[in-house]
Amino acid sequence: MDSLILLVPVALALGLLGLGGFLWALRTGQYEDLDGAGARILFDDTKTERHPTP
Amino acid sequence: MSVISRIAPPKEACAHCGAPVAPPAQYCCEGCEAAHGLVAGMGLDAFYRRRSAADGALRPETVPPVPLAGAAVAEGPGLWRLDLMVSGLRCGACVWLVEQALAAEPDMLSARAALTTRRLTLRWRGEQARAEEFAALLARLGFRAVPFSPACLRAADDAEMRSLVRALGIAAFGAMNVMLVSVAVWVGEDMGAETRALMHWLAALIGLPTIALAGLPFYRSALAALRAWRTNMDVAISLGVLATAAMSLSEAWRNGPFTWFDGATTLLALLLAGRLLDRTARGRAGRAVAELIALQDGTVRRLNGEGRAMDVPAGAVLAGDRILLAAGERLRLDAVLEGTPGLFDLAATTGESLPRPIAVGEALLAGAINMGGPAVLRVTAAAAEGSLAATARLLEQAAEIRGRFVTLADKAARLYVPTVLVVATATFLGWWLWAGLGWQAALVPAVAALIVTCPCGLAIAVPAVQVVTVGALFRRGVLVTSPTALERLAEVDRVVLDKTGTLTTGTPRLLPGDWTPEVLRAAAGLARGSRHPLARALLAACPDAPLRTDATEHPGQGMTACNARLGSARFCGVTEAGSDPTLWFTEAGSAPVAFRFADTLRPDAREAVAALRALGLPVEILSGDAPGAVAKVARELGIETWEGGAIPEAKLAHVAELRLAGQRPLMVGDGINDAGALALAHAAVAAPGAQDIAQGAADLALRGEALMALPEAIHAARRAQCLAKQNITFSLAYNLVAVPAAVAGLVTPLGAAAVMASSSLIVILNALRAERPARWTR
Repeated sequence: MDSLILLVPVALALGLLGLGGFLWALRTGQYEDLDGAGARILFDDTKTERHPTP
Repeated sequence: MSVISRIAPPKEACAHCGAPVAPPAQYCCEGCEAAHGLVAGMGLDAFYRRRSAADGALRPETVPPVPLAGAAVAEGPGLWRLDLMVSGLRCGACVWLVEQALAAEPDMLSARAALTTRRLTLRWRGEQARAEEFAALLARLGFRAVPFSPACLRAADDAEMRSLVRALGIAAFGAMNVMLVSVAVWVGEDMGAETRALMHWLAALIGLPTIALAGLPFYRSALAALRAWRTNMDVAISLGVLATAAMSLSEAWRNGPFTWFDGATTLLALLLAGRLLDRTARGRAGRAVAELIALQDGTVRRLNGEGRAMDVPAGAVLAGDRILLAAGERLRLDAVLEGTPGLFDLAATTGESLPRPIAVGEALLAGAINMGGPAVLRVTAAAAEGSLAATARLLEQAAEIRGRFVTLADKAARLYVPTVLVVATATFLGWWLWAGLGWQAALVPAVAALIVTCPCGLAIAVPAVQVVTVGALFRRGVLVTSPTALERLAEVDRVVLDKTGTLTTGTPRLLPGDWTPEVLRAAAGLARGSRHPLARALLAACPDAPLRTDATEHPGQGMTACNARLGSARFCGVTEAGSDPTLWFTEAGSAPVAFRFADTLRPDAREAVAALRALGLPVEILSGDAPGAVAKVARELGIETWEGGAIPEAKLAHVAELRLAGQRPLMVGDGINDAGALALAHAAVAAPGAQDIAQGAADLALRGEALMALPEAIHAARRAQCLAKQNITFSLAYNLVAVPAAVAGLVTPLGAAAVMASSSLIVILNALRAERPARWTR
């Protein structure tokens, strides 16, 4: 019984933290382009290696 | 996938767009060669190794440029932002190329493309007019960019979708955390009464807010239905969830053996997931249609008093204004021709397959394409009063009629809701009055009966099948936009086909004749300077003919160069015989040569008509083209019922007649002249390459070139309907076992969860069978 008083609020708080994170991600538009996000992680950072246009 | 597989185009493919080319050549056209050079010059040639598909779609084409600068919005002094819809974004590599190429532009602050919505957001510092440069760069790479239209915005910025995702997140969180305490109650039989009470109240603490927030989409829809004195699936769901919440609260109050918050929250999470999948599948199709429509958007070039041209939106033009229409441009308002006679392609407004010369003062309807030189026209009606607006009003009325269609799920709900209400009430009264239980205890079996009747399996039965079918059809190039489209498509008993642009490709092709290759080459060289469809068809038969720089065009008549003439019979001084569209070619010192053309059937038209017949559907043609041309196509396809020369009103009347006779016609069309008939038909399909208004009037749109997708879609719709009926029957059969057990008070929350999950799972597994392709495509 004693352990419950500690563990249940901890479990709930962790769950709420996850829910808050999800709602934040949703509000900041991170679910808008799911197809693109999957491809984007594979892009190289090519800004440095480009040579100038002739 | 795009990067891992690293598919290089095969050797015989164009190095830029991937279209097949003859081996020595590296590129299919000059545009592709320039694009390849541009990409390599910027050091971005990794693009060609990374893309996952190259099917010829990336070919830079010369289309009349759409003015974009006006769409840019100021975000601050000298700071501009522009949202574009980019057509041709296929995979991650395209996104990468577009972003990198634009980021290399000086003054560009950010360029970000979204693959799902095809939306490109640009921010730059400097001049507003730079927008045109950026669009030109995209065009040289083979991407077409148009301003992000309101229709695109509606399809992309889906507030309802976002609220569904939010509700699902909350429901999933709630369901998992309620389970945490519920499982403890289920297994903890030796738990003291106080601990159990604490568990019950904890479950209520998590469960009640979850039910209140996550259930909102269902409560709203249920309330709307009840206000209209109807019932739907959402009424059943809301009833089940709310009754369960109330009963669980009462159980927590009297510290009964179990609460049922876990069942209510899990039910919400499952149903929201199903609904989200349904929305996603149709949202994808909706975005694709919005993309097709946006590509047809544009502005009107208005002439002011001094004859200076200015680009304005079509809505700003008034009756009496004079507008300038460039060669190849589509007329967006009703107008009469001024100045010089011209040549116009009326295929979209009347269904005529060949352009017609138009005299000065002759009226033209919106949708006509200018095939001659630049033309000056006087607008006869503003956009809100013109023929397009009249058609749009007609579509709205028809959409209202279509909205009254009762879906299979609604039919099931109409039977289901009153039945479960009676069963639940009888159970409650039976246990309370007859068996002598307390009212709170009697509530438990009554609500258990309500929730165990599986609104879950029943509510998922139809959407699950639809999600799978819509997804499978999307991959085959059929875009399903209306939620009731599949059910209506499954019911059609007759197919009415338009001819020009639907059964035929809408572009003429050269027929074999008694000319020599040299003559063809000379004539094609002359044809290179013209936009007339016959001239283009001639050029297509001999694509490498050199341009005659001394050629001049006489709109509506033909081309001349030195002593050679190419054009109509009269223009070349020949007395014509024969019904096929013909181009004559004369050169000094040789006899005139005739090039005959025919509007060719789509390659799979015959196969598609046969497949429609195999589905048991009578097929007929309803066309606005000349009866002779229609008869010829009908004969070739073996279709007995046909009608030619039908004006839009006649098409509408014909479909109305069929409906009055109790038939359920499927209309397939592509033009503005088909829009009314499309909207009135029981189900409507927009042919490949259809006009925007026809796309809007139809429930399904075909993308790509194949007409064979039509019988496939009907087959898939019928299969979906069959599977949905199976699922509903199964859910109801399940209840034959579950309901008596619940009424007898034998069901625990654990049992209800098992019943709910297993019935949903079986229904979903059955729905997955809809993925299989139609029999004849294997």
